[in-house]
Formats: sequence, C-alpha cells, structure tokens
Amino acid sequence: MQHSKNTNEVDRTRPIALARKAITALVVMALTGILGWTVWTLPPYSDRMQNLVATHLPISGVENPVTAVLLNFRGYDTLLEIGVLLLAAVGVLSLAPTQVVPAETAPQRIQMLLLRLLPFIVIVAAYLLWVGKYAPGGAFQAGAVLAAGGVLLVTSAVRFNQLTIQSIPISLSIGLLTFLAVALATMIGGGNFLQYPLPWASMLILIIEAAATISIAVILTILFLGRKPDGEYPPKTNGG
Amino acid sequence: MTISLLYALVGVVLLGMGLYRLVIDPHLVKKILALNISGAGVFLFLVAVADRTPGFEPDPVPHAMVLTGIVVAVSATAVALGLVGRIREIKGTAEFSENEPE
Amino acid sequence: MNLNDFLGPLTLPAWIVSLPLVAAGLGVALPKIGRPAAVFTAFATSLLVVRLAGEVLRHGTIQLQVGGWPATLGIALQADGLSVVMLSMTCLIGGAVTLYAAGYFGADSAAISFWPLWLFLWAALNALFLSGDIFNLYVTLELLGLSAVSLVALSRSAEAPPAAMRYLLVSLIGSLSYLMGVALLYAAGGTLDLNALAAAGPHRPSISAAFALMAAGLVMKSALFPMHFWLPPAHANAPAPVSAALSALVVKGSFYILMRLWLTIFEPFINPATADLIGVMAAFAIVWGSIQALLAQRLKMLVAYSTVAQIGYIFLIFPLSSMPAATQTAWQGGLYFVFSHACAKAAVFLAAGNIVYSVGHDRISELNGIAQRLPVSMFAFALAGVSLIGLPPSGGFVAKWLYLNAALTTGQWWWTVLILGGGLLSTAYVFRFFSRAFSYTTETVGGRPVPWIMEWTAFVLAMCAVILGLTAPAVIKLFTAGQPF
Repeated sequence: MQHSKNTNEVDRTRPIALARKAITALVVMALTGILGWTVWTLPPYSDRMQNLVATHLPISGVENPVTAVLLNFRGYDTLLEIGVLLLAAVGVLSLAPTQVVPAETAPQRIQMLLLRLLPFIVIVAAYLLWVGKYAPGGAFQAGAVLAAGGVLLVTSAVRFNQLTIQSIPISLSIGLLTFLAVALATMIGGGNFLQYPLPWASMLILIIEAAATISIAVILTILFLGRKPDGEYPPKTNGG
Repeated sequence: MTISLLYALVGVVLLGMGLYRLVIDPHLVKKILALNISGAGVFLFLVAVADRTPGFEPDPVPHAMVLTGIVVAVSATAVALGLVGRIREIKGTAEFSENEPE
Repeated sequence: MNLNDFLGPLTLPAWIVSLPLVAAGLGVALPKIGRPAAVFTAFATSLLVVRLAGEVLRHGTIQLQVGGWPATLGIALQADGLSVVMLSMTCLIGGAVTLYAAGYFGADSAAISFWPLWLFLWAALNALFLSGDIFNLYVTLELLGLSAVSLVALSRSAEAPPAAMRYLLVSLIGSLSYLMGVALLYAAGGTLDLNALAAAGPHRPSISAAFALMAAGLVMKSALFPMHFWLPPAHANAPAPVSAALSALVVKGSFYILMRLWLTIFEPFINPATADLIGVMAAFAIVWGSIQALLAQRLKMLVAYSTVAQIGYIFLIFPLSSMPAATQTAWQGGLYFVFSHACAKAAVFLAAGNIVYSVGHDRISELNGIAQRLPVSMFAFALAGVSLIGLPPSGGFVAKWLYLNAALTTGQWWWTVLILGGGLLSTAYVFRFFSRAFSYTTETVGGRPVPWIMEWTAFVLAMCAVILGLTAPAVIKLFTAGQPF
C-alpha cells in the first residue's frame, strides 16, 4: 500500500517535472542560439585599446602588458577585487559552523612530507611574484600557490601556534590596506588617485603585490577551511 | 570559422548549459557548480575576444577581466558554500524543496 | 603638502570610495574598532558628499581619471547630479542605519562581522554611483551583492539562510548575465568606458543582445516582477538595520546602473516596445506586491512586499520617459520616488525592527495597541506611511505628482489609472496595520525597552521623507546638475 501510494505521487509529479525540464531546455537553447548568432556576427577587431596599452606600457613600471593593465591602468578594479576577496573571508567566517569538529591528526610521515614541500612552495610563490613584472605572474598567482601550501597544512591537520592565529586578522587585511595607503598617498602633492609617480611606479607595484600576496594566500586558505583554524594545545607533542 | 570564434561559441554554449542546470536541479551544490560552469563559459568567451588581435600579442584587457572575474567567482562560490553549510546545519538537507514558503 | 591638493574637488570621489574601504579593512584587522570606525566613516563620508554636491552644483559634472590615464585606457570616475543624489541618499540612510545598528547589536559575535560587512556594502554603493566604466560596475555589483547576502545571513532566524541562498543565486546569475553583456560590448566597441561607448555607437545585433543581457541581469537584481521572488524572504528575515539598507539602497544600485546604461550607451537604440514591456512588468509588480502585502501575516513581510510594489513604481520611469514631451518630468518623478521610498522604507523597516526588538515577534494579528508602547516608532511609521501612500506634503506625493504630469502630458492615461489605483492599494495595506497598531487595548503586554537611538533614527528618516516633499525645487535642481538627462 505504501509503495503504490508513492508510485501515484511520482506519476502525478513526473509529467510536470518533465514539462518543466523540456520548457527550460527549449528556452535555454533558444537564448543560447540567439546569443551564438550574435557572436557570429560580431564586427572584426578594431585596435583602439591595443594601441593605447602598447604606447603606455613603457611608463607603466612593468614590462608585462597584463600586469600593467591589472596593477596600473586598471588598478582600481584590482583594488575593489581585493576588497571582494576580503569581504568573502569575512562572510565565510561569519557563516562558520558553531560546533568545532575536532580535527584528526594525520600520520606523522605525511606531516613530515608536507612540511618539507612547503619551502619549495614558498620559493615558487616568491618567484611568481617577482616574475610578474616581465611575464605572466604576479600577486594572484603567487598568492594562489601559497594558498595551496595553506590547504596542504590544513588537510594534514597541522596545529598553528597562537602567534600565527593572532596574526590572521591583520594578514587578511594587509593587502587591501596597503593598496589603499598607496592609492591615497599618490594624491599628496596634487597627483591623481592611483597615479604612481613615474620613477617609483615599479617599486610601488611590487610593494602592493607583495602585501596582496600575503593577504590572498591567507584569505584563500580561510575560504577553504571555512572557519578560524585550530590552535595548538599545550603541552607540545614530540616529533613532527 | 576561426579558432577564436569557435572558442567564443563554446563559451556561449557553456553559459547555456550552466543556466539549464541552475534552474532544473534542486540540489544547492549542483546549482553552485552550474553557476561556475556558466562563469567559465563567459571567461572562455572573453579569452576568445582577446585572441582577435592581428599580431601575435593578445589583447591584455580581456585577460585582466578574466583574472578579476575568476577571483570574484571564487569569492562568491566560497560564500555560497558557506551558506550551504549553514543550511545543512539548520535543515539537514542541501536541496531546495519544491514548495518553499512565499 | 597643500591641504587643498589632498582634499581638492577632484579627489573627492576617490575619498568617498576609499574611506569606507579603509574602515572595513581596519575593522577586520582590529575588530574592536569596527563600530567607532563605522560611525566616523558615516560622518566623514556625509561631509565629503555634501562638498561634492556643492561642487557639482557650481561646476557641473566632475570627472576623475583614475591613475591619470586617458579615458579608454583607464577607469573614469564621474559625478553628475544623478550620482550625487544617489550618494546623498546613501549617506542619509547609511548614517541612520549605522546609528541604529550601534544600538541594535550588543556585544555578540554577529556584531564583529556586521561592521566590516556593512562598510563594504557602503563602499560598494559609493563606488557604484561614481563609476564610469562598465566592467568596474560589474566589480562593484559583486561587492554589493556579496556583502548584502552575507548581511542577510547574519540573522539568527532559521529562514534567513535559505532566503540568503536564493538571493545569492539570483544575484550571481544576474551579475553573470551583466558580465556577458559587458564582454559583448567590449568585443563590438573596443572599450569599457561608458562615455566612449555611448559616443561610438557600435554594431546593431550585439548592442541589442548586450542590452538584453545586461537589462535582464539588472532587473533580476532589482527584483522587478516576475524576478521579485527572492526579495520578500530575504528582506523580511534579515536583521532590522540590514532590511532597511537592502530595501532602501541595495535594490536601487542595480536600478541606477540600468538607468545609466539607458541614458548613455543604449539611448539611440531603445524602441518604445521595450519601454512598454518594462511598463507592463512594473504594473504587475505594483498590483501583485500590494495584494501580497494585504495578505501578509508578518509585518516585515508586509513591508517587503510593499518594496516589491514600490519598485514597480520606480520602473515606470522607463515607459513614462519614452515620449520626448514628458522625459524630464518622468525622470525627475522616478528619482523622487527612489529617494522618498528609500527614506520611507528604511524608516518603516527600522520601526518594524523596534517592534520585533520589543515584543520578540512581528505577527500582525498579535500587535494590537503597539502604538501605546512604542509611540515614537509608530509615529515614524505613520509619517513614512504618508509618503508610501503618496499624500501631500511628502516626497512620495511629489513623485506621484510628477509621474501623473508626465502621463497626462503624453496622453498615456492608463498609467494614471495604475498610479492612482496603486495609491489606493497602498492605503489599504498601510491602514491594515495601523488600525491594529493604534487601537486602544487595556492589556499590558511585557516587552523589552527599546534603546532611544533606535526609535529616533527611524523617526528622523521618516521626517526626511516628508521634508523631501517640502523642498522639492531645491532637490530637483540637484538632480539635474550636469545634465544627466
């Protein structure tokens, strides 16, 4: 009796569900088709913007055009984007689960392996940060690699000491605050907002990117973890 | 058809596919994945737009847009997943039922 | 270091955007200073906006190229009358909400998250209203949407997370649609600058597709019928100051972008059919929203559905302005609606928040005689209600007057019927609550005392809605500075 009742309910809802799926599919396909046709008929390339980037690249302080656009010509977008990242971290922390699940400790060998990988991760990240001036690279790429290290630390259930945990709030916001400090400081002496003085452009971009790398790494790790990390409980355990 | 046009059209198709799943599937994590696929479609379209330059160097502006867009998408996904976690804590399930009030 | 260089008129837009961001960053780094930083930012930003308004009135539109790069290479910040009015509205409501929240949140953990999130929301709004670049607008939209959703989720009620989730999903698909439109415009026009795109007049099919995509996304985010379904649960279940900010400010952000695009890039391409389609949706919004408000069981749900209806009124700006004879009047009317609704709706949500704070619930059937216990809040509710209904001398009345003028001048009499009918419906749902609230009862129900700041911010906002009605000529002069229309 129970079984047939369920079958009746399924029979009644199934045609409706199928109809919904069919209609949605048709509408989506129609919209996609129209959009595809529009893309097909796009006019050929006009090099308005490209010329501007090429001619202004030498005074941007970097040699890679994408880094120049991200950190100089359209640096304001990047500023807001770092704000979005920090906002997400605050949001995720505010949604953190109220009960803390005790973390299992990973086998000691895995912890040792991961802790030996970490120096290489840091070196690669530092390289990516520096090479952004000349080739694809920069703050976001370096921060992402560092965050991968952070994710490894988290998944191997490494415990952080109190100093690390206490430095999390400031390291979260150091990127945004540094960027804002530089941006507002450029207005001293009559310059435009975010207009780096020419001889210092390269250095200022590096400073902003360095601070941003730290913040991005910590933010992405927190986004992965979903809550504040656990601290170390005294007494310390031997080894590892 | 040039390569960049092909990429652009594939991007549009991805956008549509994600939109379909977003509307149809009741499971929240699948909705979030669908949104990410749609986002990937838009980014693919932008990368294709960057390839239209006549020379060897691509147009850096769409590349910068995609980089920014990826960061924004990651942030949004993180918040969305955090919400899913909270919903699971409260309601015990990660699916929207058909008859939500109001 | 010359102080005038540092704080000169050209730097004002930069400060207006940066100050809330700095405060937000500091609020994350040092949680204890979140609240004082927010209060300071509220005052400082308001002063800066007042100064900016003065500059725009005197000199017309102010443009600031970020980084000093030429228009199509860098990002332009732009302040004309329209932007300044929206900024002033944000400062007014934002200041009130800040003070209210200072009293509303005690020392619990939600307070630590609230201040940075709220400052990010404010920064997003400021950046949005000052932006002159379509991709920059996308980033501000995301900043706005994510902070709004996170604020909704701060509420402890069990209905808040699903409501926040629905809001987030709609918001994200809206932004994605908008971004696709941006990509199309860039592919066709070669630039991301609003003014440059408006001047260039690119390729026809891509313009229509881009407009459709961007408009669809922005309409979803502004909760115009039939894309309104996410709004009532989200606004009704958020904490009281958040509800006020959401209804008064956040939905206006995406509406502002749609207005801006309509007036600049898409201006030569609009056909009357599009405007009429929007008009039909607006009509449904007014009727459906008002009916649902009449049927609502909870006070905050009633107020949220009222927002759905008022958003319909605001969107009437598009069909009413499509005929040249009435364009100016229609735009002014719509903006007056935006501003008065912001003050009135925020006041109403804050007052409703006071009621919930006091008696712990907002079921209308059990709120008999609440006016005896919270006279200041109910007086605020009454004044705001006057503006929502559209009675003189409130801002809502001026808005409806301008709209009726526009409709009658162009012979579109059907809008007149809609506007007047809508007024009757709003009277009905407002009085539905009032008759209970102001009834005389002898029961003395216990209740928490409400901090004075919470009651008086609601009252001041409601007064502003009325004052807007009395100072119409000056406000309209501010709207039209720099000829945005």
